[in-house]
Amino acid sequence: MTDTHSAPEHSGHQSSTALSPLADPGLPPHVYRRADTEPSAAKKAERQVAILFGLSAASTIAFIASFVGINKDVFVFIPLFGSTQAQQLALGITLALSLFLIGAGAVHWAKTLMPDHEVIQERHELRSSDEDRQGVIDVFHEGAEAAGLGRRSLIKRTLLGSVGLVTLTPILLLRDLGPLPRKQLETTNWAAGRRLITDPGGIVLKAADLQVGSVAHVLPEMPKGSETTLNDLVKDAVIVVRLRPEDLNLPADRKDWVHEGIIAFSKICSHMGCAVGLYEQQTHHLLCPCHQSTFDVETGAQVIFGPAARPLPQLAITIDSEGYLIAKQGFMEPVGPSFWERSS
Amino acid sequence: MTTGQRIGGNLANFVDERTGAGRALKKNLNKVFPDHWSFMLGEVAMYSFVILLLSGTFLTFFFIPSQEEIIYQGNYAPLSGLSMSQAYASTVDMSFDVRGGMLMRQVHHWSALIFLAAMVVHMMRVFFTGAYRKPRELNWVLGVGLLTLGIVEGFLGYSLPDDLLSGTGIRIAEAIIQAIPLIGTYVAFFLFGGGFPGTIFISRIYTIHVLLVPGIILALITAHVLLVWFQKHTQYPGPGRTEKNVVGFPLLPVYMAKAGGFFFIVFGITTFLGAVASINPIWLYGPYNPSQISAGSQPDWYMGWLDGLVRMAPNWETHAFGHTVSWNILIPGLIVPGIMFTGLALWPFIESWVTGDKREHHLLERPRNAPTRTAVGAMALAFTMVTLINGGNDLLATHFGLSINQIMWFSRIGVFVLPPIAYFVTKRICLGLQHKDRDTVLHGRESGRLVMLPSGEFIEVHEPIDQYARYSLTNHEQPEVVELQLEDAHGVARPGSVKEKIRARLSRGMYGEQVQKPTEKDLLELEDGHH
Amino acid sequence: MKKILRHRRHPVAHFLVLGIALLAIGFGYTLLSPSNAAVATNARSQAVEEGRQIFLKGCSSCHGLNAEGSTQVPTLLGVGAASVDFQVGTGRMPLANASQQAMRKTPVYNAEETAALAAYVASLSTGPAIPNAAQLNYERDGSIAEGGQLFRTNCAMCHNYAGQGGALTQGKYAPTLMGVQVKTMYEAMLTGPQSMPVFGDRTLTPQQKLSVIKFIKGVDSEKGQGGFSLGKVGPVTEGLVAWVLGLGLLIGVSVWLGAKSK
Repeated sequence: MTDTHSAPEHSGHQSSTALSPLADPGLPPHVYRRADTEPSAAKKAERQVAILFGLSAASTIAFIASFVGINKDVFVFIPLFGSTQAQQLALGITLALSLFLIGAGAVHWAKTLMPDHEVIQERHELRSSDEDRQGVIDVFHEGAEAAGLGRRSLIKRTLLGSVGLVTLTPILLLRDLGPLPRKQLETTNWAAGRRLITDPGGIVLKAADLQVGSVAHVLPEMPKGSETTLNDLVKDAVIVVRLRPEDLNLPADRKDWVHEGIIAFSKICSHMGCAVGLYEQQTHHLLCPCHQSTFDVETGAQVIFGPAARPLPQLAITIDSEGYLIAKQGFMEPVGPSFWERSS
Repeated sequence: MTTGQRIGGNLANFVDERTGAGRALKKNLNKVFPDHWSFMLGEVAMYSFVILLLSGTFLTFFFIPSQEEIIYQGNYAPLSGLSMSQAYASTVDMSFDVRGGMLMRQVHHWSALIFLAAMVVHMMRVFFTGAYRKPRELNWVLGVGLLTLGIVEGFLGYSLPDDLLSGTGIRIAEAIIQAIPLIGTYVAFFLFGGGFPGTIFISRIYTIHVLLVPGIILALITAHVLLVWFQKHTQYPGPGRTEKNVVGFPLLPVYMAKAGGFFFIVFGITTFLGAVASINPIWLYGPYNPSQISAGSQPDWYMGWLDGLVRMAPNWETHAFGHTVSWNILIPGLIVPGIMFTGLALWPFIESWVTGDKREHHLLERPRNAPTRTAVGAMALAFTMVTLINGGNDLLATHFGLSINQIMWFSRIGVFVLPPIAYFVTKRICLGLQHKDRDTVLHGRESGRLVMLPSGEFIEVHEPIDQYARYSLTNHEQPEVVELQLEDAHGVARPGSVKEKIRARLSRGMYGEQVQKPTEKDLLELEDGHH
Repeated sequence: MKKILRHRRHPVAHFLVLGIALLAIGFGYTLLSPSNAAVATNARSQAVEEGRQIFLKGCSSCHGLNAEGSTQVPTLLGVGAASVDFQVGTGRMPLANASQQAMRKTPVYNAEETAALAAYVASLSTGPAIPNAAQLNYERDGSIAEGGQLFRTNCAMCHNYAGQGGALTQGKYAPTLMGVQVKTMYEAMLTGPQSMPVFGDRTLTPQQKLSVIKFIKGVDSEKGQGGFSLGKVGPVTEGLVAWVLGLGLLIGVSVWLGAKSK
């Protein structure tokens, strides 16, 4: 690709022949702003800065007025955006303007009126001089000599020993932050004979209350007077689903854990403990919304997609003499996320 | 002397006689700072931190950090009569019954999001311009520490109101802790004062969020800014700028006005967001209940990549000798983030080892002139984007009519395939831009004017560039490939250690291909050719 | 008889015979004509018949001639009038194409045709009936706070905490609940359409269903409390706005700040 030998404008830029074509030409010549050369432009800039500051002040007054004058219950409608609380919007916008305009004024002032000549300052070498370094080394040696650490090794050893030991004290103080885990991770309130009650609502369920395709979120019925806290919910939450009995495909030892197609699982995800409440009626899948682990109810909540590694623990259920759904036994494994001490 | 001058003089005298401040002021008041908009990104982060401190202090006057259950007595009908923690109730009350309470809550949360976004963008600017090189490696490490602390602080902060969404996040964090082999359950029980959710966790993270972490962040920011102060800020290369000077504007008055003004601007824009955009509407989420969950539950954006990693992880878990190791939690939750942040912190040292460059650098590099570094950065960004997108896969599915299963597979494969592609594409683009720069120096800028020669040939007129432009395009350094020394100083053959071999390989791979910048000789030859 | 016939040419005879004849016809008609109840039954069986005709034309190709369904298509026996009212009334049925999900669209059948279809399907076997207005008075019978609790336990995992909808597996989704009719929501809970499970009257009593509806209507009509909502889908849109609007504005200001003034 050839280029032309262009016009005289070219040779004008190549200054003295002594300057090599790639050498540093130094800072480019300073370009003056209008406000530097024309007093009227400077006055205009000054007025602009003053207006910005003035508007900020006005906005602060509007803020005060909004704070005092607008009622909490007033709502204002902005086209395209919808309704919102007027006091909050007014307070916010006036405060935002007050702050912003101060900044804008200061920046505009700096840009237009303050000197904008580029200044050069030298960088000094960061490294200390060799003399200074030697000085530090000498001071250190003198100090160490004076302390006698080098000679008095007994002092050194006992110093290290005492400081080392005292650092153990805060670690020990932290011991009572909490109890040891022991069996707490492995026990729930589910036990043989506990009836299933809806959560929330507390209604006791009979088998007939659930039709094929329905779902219920349940908790164990606790003896009268006991309070159910969030610490109970986090392990007791169970989801009950009814399918047609012929749709179930459970291993032989679990066939009697269900009642006429009614099957129950822990609702606490075996992955990281979110509530697996999402039941797809047609596919018979349970989906955890947190990380999309998918469990197949037909095969006993086996994992078919997603990061969960274990199926949801199944709660064996049956009906009592009155026809109410009850747990046959507690959970046969810990519910919820895995941990080191879990054997399976 | 005017009255003002006299009072000012007396005041200055009072302070100086007691502190000797005059000496420091003389030295520092006209300190020069280089001027470029990209240097303001760190300032955005710093000012956001100040805004967080101010708005956060206001919030502490109304927030009750207790998990004690009470019955809601306030005016918001959908919550009336419900049992909830004091923390949740006080946050709802603060939003609805305190004038300016909702505004301050929203300003606080928006400025947290901006704090982290600004840190990331600032980090990207520092990375892509090579500002982390000696003597600023320590500052880079401080920065990585600030980023990590910022993420933790944000997570703890939005978990304080104890609502359904953030409580789910705490549940997931507890599961990660619990999964740690050997000590996991003990650490979890100690942190929560028992099993999850316990009754004391909110009070504990309150102390961490309000006192401990802000204190550490403040100390680190101070160290970070002091280092910039004493080492002097880097500057972009160009005419008149060398490794031995700083070209810019003095602190007083220009920088005080610009930087001071910028603080108010950042505050104003953040307040504007807090005024018009609803964020973290906890009254809609409901109080935390472990048997409840909402579709589309995500953490705040700066943890979205973590969520994406957890979602795409393969479901591996090993059981041996009566114990369980949950790889499906440990890999995405601890191991991969650990590798990422360690790699991030060590990068300046890795790069200086591979290039063998131990000199001080105060001039920045244009990204195109460091193609390998830029490509590595693009690779990291690609990885982060894929994981971030996967974190929102269920929302993408509902809004764009896709399937979460397909997005998950796209992410699982993409996270391995896309970063190398990004590396390759970015490197080639950088090399291409270097070619363009070389052509511009040698042949001038394409002017777009077409001229027909008498012979009938069409050519495009190239305008030569001036000295300033020429210097700007050629003053960068080009790294040399570190060769394996196969002979020592006496000419005796030596095998070279494993470390040296790896380094030579890396050096060749990363820096082997370069576009040589035009030399004086090239230019003069070209000129001669025309004469 | 001879006595009556002797007076057959009496001038009044014509009118008398006419009068008797008219009375006889009148009584006879009254005795033999169908009663009001019988009219209604007729009308209902008319609707069922109309519904059957529509069914045969528009639904039987998938659901079977006797609505028995197949391995691919659910049976309509026992789904009740409420199901039909929901599916056909929201336009989900007839299916536009056999994709993963029946989507809400403009209904193909008008109200009368929908009612006829519902009557036909209801006539095949028992199932949930269409709720009437008295059963749908959520303002009076529902409790908004209870509804919120019920919603968050039973519904939010599919439909999101504010009823904005959510993702299911393989491209299916739970639709938004904003702007949905009260009757439609009630029927959905009652009949469990497609992927949605059935919420029988014991797992979610009628009063509880109305509470849930009251909560959703509350969310739908709630005016923004903290500014304009970003879709009520949580931190994802908040992060987007922080980056695009927040950082965008800030970087814009930075560029202005660093630029040389003219």
